[in-house]
Amino acid sequence: MTQPTTTLDDQFTAAESRTRRSRKKSLSSNMAAYGFLAPAGFLVITFFLVPVVIIFYLSMTNLSTSNFTTDLSAMQFVGLENFRILFNDQFAAKIFFNTVFYVLVTLSLFNVTLALIVSLLSTHIERRAGFAFRAIWILPRITAATVYIMLWRRLAVEAPYGIINQVNTLLGQTTYNYLDARPWEFVIVVNGFIGVSFGMIIFTSAIESIPKDLLNASLVDGSTILQRIRYVILPLLRWPLLFVVTYQTLSLLTSFEQILLLTDGGPGLYATEVWSLTAYHRALSNYFGNAQWGYGSAFAVVLVIIGVVLAVIYMRVFRFNELVAEPKIEVL
Amino acid sequence: MEVKIENLKKQFGQVIGVKDLDLNVRDGEFVALLGPSGCGKTTTLLMLAGIYKPTDGTIRFGDRVVNQVQPRDRNIGMVFQSYALYPHMTVFGNISYPLKLKKVPKQEQMERVERVANTMGIGGLLDRRPGQLSGGQQQRVALGRALVKEPDILLFDEPLSNLDARLRLTMRSEIKQLQNRLGITAIYVTHDQVEAMTMADRIAVMNQGVLQAFDTPEDLYDRPKTLFVAGFVGNPPMNFADVSVMAEHGGFTARNESIRLQVPAERGQKAAAAGKVRMGIRPEDIHVVDEGDAVTAEVVIVEPLGRDAMLDVRFGSDQFLVLADPQKHIRAGDQVKLHFDMDSVQFFDLQSERSLLWN
Repeated sequence: MTQPTTTLDDQFTAAESRTRRSRKKSLSSNMAAYGFLAPAGFLVITFFLVPVVIIFYLSMTNLSTSNFTTDLSAMQFVGLENFRILFNDQFAAKIFFNTVFYVLVTLSLFNVTLALIVSLLSTHIERRAGFAFRAIWILPRITAATVYIMLWRRLAVEAPYGIINQVNTLLGQTTYNYLDARPWEFVIVVNGFIGVSFGMIIFTSAIESIPKDLLNASLVDGSTILQRIRYVILPLLRWPLLFVVTYQTLSLLTSFEQILLLTDGGPGLYATEVWSLTAYHRALSNYFGNAQWGYGSAFAVVLVIIGVVLAVIYMRVFRFNELVAEPKIEVL
Repeated sequence: MEVKIENLKKQFGQVIGVKDLDLNVRDGEFVALLGPSGCGKTTTLLMLAGIYKPTDGTIRFGDRVVNQVQPRDRNIGMVFQSYALYPHMTVFGNISYPLKLKKVPKQEQMERVERVANTMGIGGLLDRRPGQLSGGQQQRVALGRALVKEPDILLFDEPLSNLDARLRLTMRSEIKQLQNRLGITAIYVTHDQVEAMTMADRIAVMNQGVLQAFDTPEDLYDRPKTLFVAGFVGNPPMNFADVSVMAEHGGFTARNESIRLQVPAERGQKAAAAGKVRMGIRPEDIHVVDEGDAVTAEVVIVEPLGRDAMLDVRFGSDQFLVLADPQKHIRAGDQVKLHFDMDSVQFFDLQSERSLLWN
């Protein structure tokens, strides 16, 4: 009679095969996860990451219409030459400060202040009226840029086509092309009207998520509607405010299509030219058909770097992770 | 401050929130508005606070009609179920907020906040934010904020519902004592009848926007004027059965196909003329007995409550709740004999649902 015995060796082999099996299993279950991630991952890499890498590479070549090639290896590598030219470009400083001016003024007047005013107004009137009011403010955002700009141009241009000038004519005033006379005002208002909707949506939802009891309590405690906004509502909008400021700075830095369509950076030399528009002009729409892809890419690279640095600063200073992790307006 | 509500009505579009409410609250009285959710009690409170404007009728504080008066000009304090503390302000900031809005000088603000905070036992927490406080502490802060401006009327909107059971018990007596000592008129909305019964001088029972009864707790319990009040007040609730009350052998009996009970003359007399009526009897007025003139019933469920065992019993087509001594060790499926203590039986008209005894 033999008894079934197990040796140490047997036990080891058993353990080993168990480990192998579990490793195999974890790999295969991970494979499933990667499989599900693949389509989105492919899109992110192809359309977000690869372009940035290509731009960095292009910015170190002198690729232009005269030596155009699609063969990456045949492009002439010039190192940081484009950046040296850029920093010595006599207009770079002007364009830089144009950009800062454009971003700061649009952001502060429209994307934040007007957005806040619209949300406060529309949440303090009858609900449906408020909704309609906000819907109107979303129109500039959802109208195709070309159509939207055509409307503004139609408003601003010289008589007899411009609508403002038609009124001026009726009133016996002198007429002039507003886009030439007041380019910045128009650039900022046109972009500002688009920018209002984002902040408006964020602020409105934040205001509406403030518990009703809290708002009633303030009235019972003796506040007027304005005091309630000042002491209760605005302090509770701190996080949405920071979010809108950070997000909209980055979004304004890279926006150029409305300016392109409205003034194309003019009138005259770089009057309303902003950084991202320059990148476009240099790379894709230079004079005499001379597209300087390499030099334009250098502009784009500077913008990418500024954007990344700002984003990192915002994330650190405003503790962005916390901001997106949990709602900051909480019911106690 | 006296509060007089006359013919008060509130309508939201087609929905009627409160219908023809008449209510007089005496100076210094503690009145509870009691009813199931959606009965209009909070709507009434918010009209008193001035958050809602009445559709019709008048609200008077003393002799002043306040229908159109803004909340800030009513001199009221209010405590909410959610506490409604301002999360971005400290405890001091929360309590001093009403004073700041009244432009009370800084020094006086400090003194008054400190005084109220010490009364409420939260003197050491003035630097904290609401998020750092327990529910009980938050409720004390909310109460402090309501009291600091020395209001004429205190409004409570289910202030204890978010507290755990034990804390609710302490806060209940604290609020009652405080109100008693300060002598401020208080109107207290709750769906918890124990709260209403223990705290209020008088209780206004509401259902579907209509005032059902406005009485002292004892009267509501012993002499309910409507079927709704009888069923709503008391826990476990009153048992009901449809019976006919007849004069027999010089006395009165209430009977249907499964029960036949002697009714005391004064109650029986009032119910006898009405034909088929609804009889109500509280669980504590039915006793499990070993012998005697009794109804035999089958026990369906036994719920031990500690001091009592609650029996769900069935006889004929009727199902009653009965409180029994847990020492009797009654189990589901047992047959028990029940004695009905008919001295406190109630009778209601089936159509009008009004009491045949107390109207």
